Amino acid sequence: MSGPATFFSAIGELSILTARTIREFLRPPWELRLWVAQLDQGGVQSWSITVLTAVFTGMVMASQFAIGLEPFGASLYTGKLVALGIVRELGPVLTALLVGGRVGAGFTAELGSMAVTEQIDAIRALGANPIRKLVVPRVVAMTIALPLLTILADIVGCLGGVLITMVEVGITFRFGMEQMIETVHVHDMLHGVGKSAFFGYFIAIISCWVGMGTRGGTEGVGQATTRTVVWTSITILVSDFFLTRIFLTLYG
Amino acid sequence: MSASSPPPGAPASPTSVVAEPEDVRRRHQGDPGEVIISFRDVHKAFGDKVVYEGLSLDIRRGETLTVIGGSGVGKSVCLKMLIGLLKPDRGEILAFGQDVTQMDEAQLLGVRKRIAMLFQGAALFDSMTVAENIKYPLREHGWGTEVEMDRRVEEVLETVDLPGVQQLKPSELSGGMKKRVGLARTIAVEPEVILYDEPTTGLDPVTIRRINGLILRLQQRLGVTSICVTHDMDTVFTVTDRLAMVYERHIAFTGTPEEAKHSDFRFLREFVKGGMGTLDEDLT
Ligand SMILES: Nc1ncnc2c1ncn2[C@@H]1O[C@H](COP(=O)(O)OP(=O)(O)O)[C@@H](O)[C@H]1O
Ligand SMILES: [Mg+2]
Repeated sequence: MSGPATFFSAIGELSILTARTIREFLRPPWELRLWVAQLDQGGVQSWSITVLTAVFTGMVMASQFAIGLEPFGASLYTGKLVALGIVRELGPVLTALLVGGRVGAGFTAELGSMAVTEQIDAIRALGANPIRKLVVPRVVAMTIALPLLTILADIVGCLGGVLITMVEVGITFRFGMEQMIETVHVHDMLHGVGKSAFFGYFIAIISCWVGMGTRGGTEGVGQATTRTVVWTSITILVSDFFLTRIFLTLYG
Repeated sequence: MSASSPPPGAPASPTSVVAEPEDVRRRHQGDPGEVIISFRDVHKAFGDKVVYEGLSLDIRRGETLTVIGGSGVGKSVCLKMLIGLLKPDRGEILAFGQDVTQMDEAQLLGVRKRIAMLFQGAALFDSMTVAENIKYPLREHGWGTEVEMDRRVEEVLETVDLPGVQQLKPSELSGGMKKRVGLARTIAVEPEVILYDEPTTGLDPVTIRRINGLILRLQQRLGVTSICVTHDMDTVFTVTDRLAMVYERHIAFTGTPEEAKHSDFRFLREFVKGGMGTLDEDLT
């Protein structure tokens, strides 16, 4: 595999898969049962990992800012910084990385096992469309679930931040909450949550693509899973930069 | 080395074969010798790996053709190209007079209803029960009501001698049972042609005999046309009308098993006599 060629052919194949996914998505009847199953598996079951990540991120940020801002006499701004940092960046990105690792690896392992045991061929041979049956439900689920999980992460992260600010800076809970609500505007939320919808789509489309292309038995499934985790993580981090620039020009 | 497939005779007029695809009885109306599937100068490569360079093969209505050949020579690829799971790089594949290689997925649906495939590992869906597995193609092809589908599931499970396993998951089945459920799922939509990909590989001798018996029964009772990829000489001599060997990226021999036994093509002769046991690269 030579680097640039592989990269561009991957982009090409992912674009084709995206186009087919959208086409199948738009073609009724919608297989809602499959979508709900994926929403549950990818979304609902990721809530605990999301909460855990977010609460500690909020707390660690508050700890750092409370100490760091003290020399400038600006400790009271701790809550503002924590809230903006979480809502605009860390909420969406960390949630995407963690959930992406969990769910993306799961999607690839599942589809990869199906590929090496010819179950994906069987879906086609039996008259169905694997993109419709396997990819569409996962892409829909993650594009919906990740923004919702991000909102959850934002709330929990901010609460964690307030908690530590109360201890370190000595503000009241009420002041902390009011400060955060006053600081975070709708467009800050849209910025973060908007990005997370893209992350959800990236996670699902990459993990499905890698999974469906798996060859080489169980060993191949293992390698494919590792590849998915690396590629989704890199994609999230790199695309975050570009998405941020785009959203900044749109909303400031 | 024997000549490749005998001339197909006058190629059947394409349209005469296609009429009334819904009518099951149609199977018995056609001339039994008429060619319904035809590979014509098919080329296929995966990257640098060339699998076929000029594959030509005809299959006639009602016959059972077995395909033999070493591991990894492209036997599965051949079956998959026929139902459009893989696209050849060049050449045409006619099924019932129409070129499969030019079809889109919607048109292939019609082909896949008439030509069904039993995959090597059975390829049952792990997450579904046996009944759901068998209903899968019925749903996709719009078989009928839930009750009718349940009845069909019961019927095909009886055909493969596995009544009452509807609610089991594939993980609860033995290898031989999986193959038979896979076969039940394959015949559920009443295909006219069944493709078997190594139906007996990895099974014990008793189960092998049982599966061979099933293949034979389907052939006799339903009059289906079969293409069976196998390494098992028992299968070859039980069910075969005609044998084809994949060798050096094309079909190097077609003929009866008896002809194969006495062929002057040494690799083939050894293969047919010894099965997989004596199959070494250096035999030729
Ligand atoms: N989807 C695929 N992508 C790349 N290579 C493939 C694919 N399917 C089969 N091959 C390669 O084609 C060759 C023939 O495979 P196959 O038809 O499965 O062999 P067999 O005769 O044992 O059934 C093998 O070398 C295999 O690695
Ligand atoms: Mg094979």
